[in-house]
Amino acid sequence: MSNVYQVSRRGFLEGLFSAGALILAAPLVPEILKGSEADNAAFHPGVYVGIQPDGKVIIVVHRSEMGTGIRTTLPMVLADELEADWKRVQIEQAIGDRKYGSQNTDGSNSIVGFYEPFRVAGATARTMLEAAAASKWNVPASECQAKNHEVVHSSSGRKLGFGELVADAAKQPVPKREDVHLKSPADFRYIGKEVPITDLDAIVTGQRAFGMDAKVPGMLFASIEHPPVLGGKVANVDDSEALKVKGVSKTVPIETFKGSNYMFNPLGGVAVIADNTWAAFQGRKKLKIDWDLGPHATYDSVTYKKELQETARKPGRAERQVGDVDAAFAKATKIIEAEYYVPHLAHAPMEPPVAVADYRDGKVTIWAPTQNPQAVQTTVAPAVGVKPEDVTCNVTLLGGGFGRKSKPDYCAEAAILSKQLGKPVKVVWSREDDLHFDYFHFVAAMYMKAAVNEKGLPTAWLGRSVYPPMLSGSDKPSYGGLGSMGFIDVPWEMADFRAENGMAQGHVRVGWLRSVANIPHAFAVHSFIDELAAAAGRDRVEYLLAALGSDRIIELGGGGRGGGRGGRGGANRPNPYPIDTARFKRIVEMVADQSGWGKKKSGNGHGYGIAVHRSFLSYVATVVEVEVDSKGGIRIPRVDTVVDAGTVVNPERVRAQFEGAAVFGASLALMGEITSGDGRIQQSNFHNYPVARINEAPFETHVTLVKSDAAPGGVGEPGVPPIAPAICNAVFAATGKRVRDLPLKKAKLV
Amino acid sequence: MIQLKVNGTSRQFDGDPDMPLLWYLRDILDMTGTKFGCGVGLCGACTVHVNGAATRSCSMTMKQAAGKNILTIEGLAAHGDHPVQKAWKANNVPQCGYCQSGQIMQAAALLKQKPKPTDHDIDEAMQGNICRCGTYQHIRQAIKQAAGVKA
Repeated sequence: MSNVYQVSRRGFLEGLFSAGALILAAPLVPEILKGSEADNAAFHPGVYVGIQPDGKVIIVVHRSEMGTGIRTTLPMVLADELEADWKRVQIEQAIGDRKYGSQNTDGSNSIVGFYEPFRVAGATARTMLEAAAASKWNVPASECQAKNHEVVHSSSGRKLGFGELVADAAKQPVPKREDVHLKSPADFRYIGKEVPITDLDAIVTGQRAFGMDAKVPGMLFASIEHPPVLGGKVANVDDSEALKVKGVSKTVPIETFKGSNYMFNPLGGVAVIADNTWAAFQGRKKLKIDWDLGPHATYDSVTYKKELQETARKPGRAERQVGDVDAAFAKATKIIEAEYYVPHLAHAPMEPPVAVADYRDGKVTIWAPTQNPQAVQTTVAPAVGVKPEDVTCNVTLLGGGFGRKSKPDYCAEAAILSKQLGKPVKVVWSREDDLHFDYFHFVAAMYMKAAVNEKGLPTAWLGRSVYPPMLSGSDKPSYGGLGSMGFIDVPWEMADFRAENGMAQGHVRVGWLRSVANIPHAFAVHSFIDELAAAAGRDRVEYLLAALGSDRIIELGGGGRGGGRGGRGGANRPNPYPIDTARFKRIVEMVADQSGWGKKKSGNGHGYGIAVHRSFLSYVATVVEVEVDSKGGIRIPRVDTVVDAGTVVNPERVRAQFEGAAVFGASLALMGEITSGDGRIQQSNFHNYPVARINEAPFETHVTLVKSDAAPGGVGEPGVPPIAPAICNAVFAATGKRVRDLPLKKAKLV
Repeated sequence: MIQLKVNGTSRQFDGDPDMPLLWYLRDILDMTGTKFGCGVGLCGACTVHVNGAATRSCSMTMKQAAGKNILTIEGLAAHGDHPVQKAWKANNVPQCGYCQSGQIMQAAALLKQKPKPTDHDIDEAMQGNICRCGTYQHIRQAIKQAAGVKA
């Protein structure tokens, strides 16, 4: 499995490559990742690169582009090892196909998971081109080197272009992995350089198609009135007025998912079909529907918050424990406790969910902005009674994703309607649909308790977190499941530690949002450590360095459940991602230095806060400066972030991710809140679910990337978790008011 | 019959006069550079110029657009070389890119009105345009570069 192999032109590739092209497939699962995924490894055949006889290099990207720049960054890696001229590289988006391995673009995993395979694929193609040139010139391959789209013979200076070598290279045996030499970082052409995204020109001219822009001849437009409460069903529908709207042709009922199995399945409801989007929207307003609302119609956020908090005050299931916290608390001289709360949040990507489906003769073609085209296949197939391989999913650009577009319910809706109507159908969600029927980020209550020593440092720590489970589809309370993210991997040096998770019942669809459980957990953990530091009266930077303690590796194994991406090692395999306190301390020192920490005193409505958090294998330290005005309004003049993400491929885009994360984190901290009353979501558009605008976002964010050749960590999500606690710690420094419940807009600061 | 000009071309429309300009551009003319984000004038993704003024096309009906000159992202410059577009590229502004047509149209209108905008001017003009990826800092830099004012 560790070898690249040559494939023939077939299916999707046939349309892309001309005859005579050299096409290579490489395994997508680096050895190091195989531990838990061994069973699937055999089905992971390929990242593709092809070279055309005219020399054009075509690189197929199997990950979705939602703003991280991955459509550019992964090809940079391959082109670099191939020694390709970037101007002669064409990038193609893969359709959904399990041969690519996981295409689910989430978990900040694209570079983490595919940096090495893309390097190997590029280096393998380069090796074959060099071998072809060597045989043509009848010289040793060691004297032939690929350089900027040519192979050069070192002693004679002879040159052959990649295109001239393709036919012979395709006849070369594919070298074994051990015979393929990866470049030394000093020779990188593109990795570590700043390369503009491939779609830049098309985006700024409005030419690049997103899912919302997909169009198929003869396409009908649909807008769906979903049940207002999760699991609700249509009892009776009167569509007579809707059908009078000009452009509306008919209405079609969609069945609600079975039982409590909502997962990725359609919510159900009534679709209004029209010849344009506007008519479909208008028709929907005229529907008269009686709903059978079902058991979730009592969901009320005020009551639910109290329930979560009650649960968090009682013992839960231990997720990880070290030593004996109970014994430590019993003999402690000083104990500090606090409770924190983070409400439901919505993803609110600028492009609402949208999909085009064309069902014909037992096969379905989908065009959609999706983070997970294979989930589109496996969700659409049973919805319309076909096999997953009969579903072709074309991935468009995504107008934001943040985790929402990993869930393909909207694609299944389009497919169901297309099958029923016998025509291609585009389903368009309105912003109101998006906010009412999101897979909401879980609402969470946390209870924290620590014993501190005479220096005010924690010696024993108990963290308890309660939130409804993601995608459970259960009608009974259960554990949140991802209790590990940011909660079991607390880095402070302490003898006694326990992280617990309590049970809760979900009443709306709950799904992951950029950085997932790290959002509530980082908020609780880094607010609480700031409270401990405040109780000790110590400088925060000095205190954090002391709490992080000695340089050491934190092992999550033993007494713990789940790794929470703490590491990627398997049995008998070294972990390339140990939790390393030295890396935490280094970025704390760097961010203090960069932000001018300690030079300006906090107080009188002006303050600085700090938080340092590791998630998705990257370490991030953030200092936030806030100004609180006489009315309690909060301004964020400056954010400083230092990131240790190991090897970085496209530093300019990585810094952009962390700037964006500061805005995303500020949105959720300052103003993000979704609530339910009578089972109905009470927010509907950007007036009552505000997100940060240019005048509310941090005015300037300075990002420094630690120079490192360590294994690459994630970059899409890790910037978010430290922002909310750093803002609240800064607010405390500015005003003396500790905010333990988000969002800040509800706190009384003056 | 409603008559209007879109990017310099005369057009006629005999559909629902209450249809928003946005959906006429997107679904009838297939000019999809102008984006749908909220439908009620809260996010700015659908911003176009109507007789030179930045306007939310989701909130202007075809009846109201009658007789007007509409400029969309597709018509802003022949080769994508409007100073704002050039600055957008030079500063690598877009992340996902979905809101950027609206941002660019809004910024182009701002610079026509205030060729040398201050930070306050930029806040005032651009706060109606949401970017969920958080490219605001790059947007501010690009506007200043296009205006030739100090960043």
